[in-house]
Amino acid sequence: MATRLPAVDAVLIGFGWTGAIMAQELTEAGLNVLALERGEWRDTPTDFAPTFAQDELRYYWRHELFQRLNHDTLTIRNKASETALPMRRLGSFLLGSGVGGAGVHWNGQVWRFLPSDLKARSHNLERYGKKAVPDDMTIQDYGVSYEDLEPYYDKFEYLCGVSGKAGNLKGVIQAGGDPFEGPRAREYPNPPLDMPYAPTLFGQAAAGLGRHPFPHPAANMSRPYTNPLGVQLGACTYCGFCEKYACGNYSKASAQTTILPVLMRKKNFTLKTNSEVVKINLSADGKTATGVTYIDDKGQEFEQPAELVVLSAYILHNVRLLLLSGIGKPYDPATGEGVVGRNYAYQITSSVNVFFDDKILNPFVGAGALGTIVNDFNGDNFDHSGLGFIGGGYVGLLQTGARPIETHNTPDGVPKWGAAWKAALARDYLKTTTISTHGAVMSHRGNYLDLDPTYKDALGRPLLRMTFDFTDNEHKMSDYLTDRAAEIGRAMGGREIKVNYRKGSWDVVPYQTTHNTGGAIMGDDPRTSFTNRYLQSWDVPNLFVLGATAFPQNAGYNPTGTVAALAYHAADAIKTRYLKAPQQSLVQA
Amino acid sequence: MARRLITFMLAALSAAAVVTYPASPGAQQAPAADPPVETQQVAYGRALAVIGDCEGCHDRPGGPPLAGGLPLNTPFGVIYSANITPDRETGIGTWTADDFWNALHRGVRANGAKLYPAFPYPYFTHVTREESDALYAYFRTVAPVSYRPPANKLPFPFNIRFLVTFWNMLNFKEDTAPTTGPTRGEHIVRGLGHCGACHTPKTLLGGDKTGHELEGGKLDNWFAPALTGDVRAGLGAWPAAAIAEYLKTGRNAHANASGPMGDVVAHSTSQMSGADVAAIATYLKSQTARLEPTPPATLDPKVMASGQAIYVDQCAACHAVDGKAAPTYFPPLPGAAVTQSRDPTTVIRFILSGTQTVATDARPTPLSMPSFAWKLDDAQVAAVATYVRNSWGNSAPAVSPGDVARLRRKVAAKPVQKPSARI
Repeated sequence: MATRLPAVDAVLIGFGWTGAIMAQELTEAGLNVLALERGEWRDTPTDFAPTFAQDELRYYWRHELFQRLNHDTLTIRNKASETALPMRRLGSFLLGSGVGGAGVHWNGQVWRFLPSDLKARSHNLERYGKKAVPDDMTIQDYGVSYEDLEPYYDKFEYLCGVSGKAGNLKGVIQAGGDPFEGPRAREYPNPPLDMPYAPTLFGQAAAGLGRHPFPHPAANMSRPYTNPLGVQLGACTYCGFCEKYACGNYSKASAQTTILPVLMRKKNFTLKTNSEVVKINLSADGKTATGVTYIDDKGQEFEQPAELVVLSAYILHNVRLLLLSGIGKPYDPATGEGVVGRNYAYQITSSVNVFFDDKILNPFVGAGALGTIVNDFNGDNFDHSGLGFIGGGYVGLLQTGARPIETHNTPDGVPKWGAAWKAALARDYLKTTTISTHGAVMSHRGNYLDLDPTYKDALGRPLLRMTFDFTDNEHKMSDYLTDRAAEIGRAMGGREIKVNYRKGSWDVVPYQTTHNTGGAIMGDDPRTSFTNRYLQSWDVPNLFVLGATAFPQNAGYNPTGTVAALAYHAADAIKTRYLKAPQQSLVQA
Repeated sequence: MARRLITFMLAALSAAAVVTYPASPGAQQAPAADPPVETQQVAYGRALAVIGDCEGCHDRPGGPPLAGGLPLNTPFGVIYSANITPDRETGIGTWTADDFWNALHRGVRANGAKLYPAFPYPYFTHVTREESDALYAYFRTVAPVSYRPPANKLPFPFNIRFLVTFWNMLNFKEDTAPTTGPTRGEHIVRGLGHCGACHTPKTLLGGDKTGHELEGGKLDNWFAPALTGDVRAGLGAWPAAAIAEYLKTGRNAHANASGPMGDVVAHSTSQMSGADVAAIATYLKSQTARLEPTPPATLDPKVMASGQAIYVDQCAACHAVDGKAAPTYFPPLPGAAVTQSRDPTTVIRFILSGTQTVATDARPTPLSMPSFAWKLDDAQVAAVATYVRNSWGNSAPAVSPGDVARLRRKVAAKPVQKPSARI
């Protein structure tokens, strides 16, 4: 029997980036806010101090910062005709767990989507005609424009202290920045990070081919920074342990290093950890969320009433909790109807290794978003006529740090083990670098999320089932990007290159990217979207669903900047409009 | 600081917990409904309680405000702070304003018994009657809590209260002057603020060393640096505005407040008025440079080379290779008083246990230094401490592995972070 607790104004389910952003905004508006996080409390000095934060075995290979799959995982299959099996080891994506979520072990790559990314359907139809979007490609417009989101992108970049160089200030193209980006109101808060040798060589080669290289915008501090909330971040030491690690030096933006020092001091904010929400409770007519039911790690069950419910967990957990709570119509790929689980998407990556004989590149120097990028082949920055695909991605040389256990690139023809492998590795470690491509995945009728009919979690609830594969569009696009990367790789002037295309079906084993999207998408039509443009549920107006859950399809950029901008956009609508007329839809369908 | 960390670690380690944050013990409380209107005298008393940092000793970790029970580790044994809520059985609910005045002014309890000087009446004797009455009025408004702190753990003969009479003869002079002293700053520093309780060296009996006011003192395995005008080990290089900034925000271009001073900033100085911290700064800047110069250290080049190597590997990420760090984020080491004090206790302790910059409203980030107790042995800690005490123009006596071993036995059982991996 659940213990009923005193009501709060707002309850947040999950306490990573979006939970922290929403909690900060709603407490500023005077609401009494409770955040429920199923994982543990974690902070820099106690959990990832610089004396042990750079422990590759502990954190990457033994997954200390990640979700524990013996508690909860998901089942995976490539297509509906297969039987999905549980993911028993993390591979393709690295789910977060605990306070700060996956935002603790991210790289700090902060991007804005292109204006055309946010209206992928109408833009591509307009430019390339009806044939450009096949029937099974279920892409949609977001329902918000780049102009709508610009102030919120800006807010997040200043919260995080992003190091970068603007390429488009109020419509005026800036030398040294990304000329393809949407116009921004002002420069980044911090200058770019110092560029190491390999990304510098990449930039020179790319420029020689007529591309437009610029420094990757990074939530790794190029200098000490105090953000608009008064929170202090230290300068990055280029230690090379961002990706898959937490930062011990307060140099990478996370909820812990940008918001929590202020938020946790507020009397109208409460955080409960080790508290897993098992259900969003609805009124008898199903039109109002009355609160949530959660279980602590002793198995005690609590009912937490709330006026406003914000679902701010990772996208896969958001979708599963909606399905388990019976909110919204589950998506059916046979009919194309239903909205929960619809338009699951991902990203597609590939790489090109460049081996030098005469250049010491010191690849262990690194930061999560340290590198040189070209966006000439991202989104619709290039003419897709005759290419047979839409979308694109960036090509870049990111020097994130060559951690010793993980990093062993060897040229074609070298054995995978033994004396010859060791000799090649010893010869090439300091003289090898890698260009990566990071491409969009469009949504497709057969790619979706639902509940697994067989497998259950530690609490006896059905696991989420993921049905996903790359389509022809993704493979053509990725191959095209990879060829462009190889051109630059060759132009860098090394001894040889090795091109690693992404071939075949999506495979859950090798690490690719933790950029899962969709499943409860935003839009203008309740029949094809779960939320309106303010991330407010069409069916249950006092429920907001944050995160990349809202993306109708994925873009060629890392998602966090857009995830945060959408959260701020929603928070602003709640503060300025929703709270004046609670329980009402902000958009009339 | 130490007890804040304990609060914090308990929150971190216990399951399904409401999370409290460093220096924010009240974070989980719901906002008070309608605070009662305070009289002018009560508001004045509340502000004086902030200056006196009453909570610093009379709140125990996780306990209700001012109910006492915090263990104070004195050289003579453990004394538990008293319950000063207006509970009639266990607090000071039956005390009159005169009783309260006698405690502050003379160190005598309502029942006539002597208070132990862990309660700093040698400083509080400078509090005026008007201030005493305001404090009394404020304490009457605090929620009464029925709680009896544990009995003191004092060995014979210190458990005989009567002996305090003799201690008072040697160490205590009741203030009979009718005025509040020459300046506001002096009145706070030497009176209610009781800065000398930590910052003045002590005699064997625990009394202030006559003629050495504010020259730096050792207490409970910390060394509180001198507040004199000395450039190396005191405040000589700090402008008055920097002192005020430190007291108000917990950091400035020279140092970050942590350890027991972090607690003082959190509960007392950061909440004082701007005029009061400016007055304190002005008074402290009037202190002359008067420490005995320490002779140049005899340095073993091998130890210095070892210390430098350790420093570059372990310390430079935050403090930078040149020691200049990032002022107000991570404190610079050249010129730092904590680094160059004659007694190295605090610098060794920082290395062994780590430390955490106080979070204030103005500067909410509790930037932290990790514990190296598990990573560096006594000789390594000694080498790196000796290195930072004698580099970039710094000069102070070398630290021996024995110094480190002695302190490690006392404090290293309390690391700042979780000691081991989950898997």
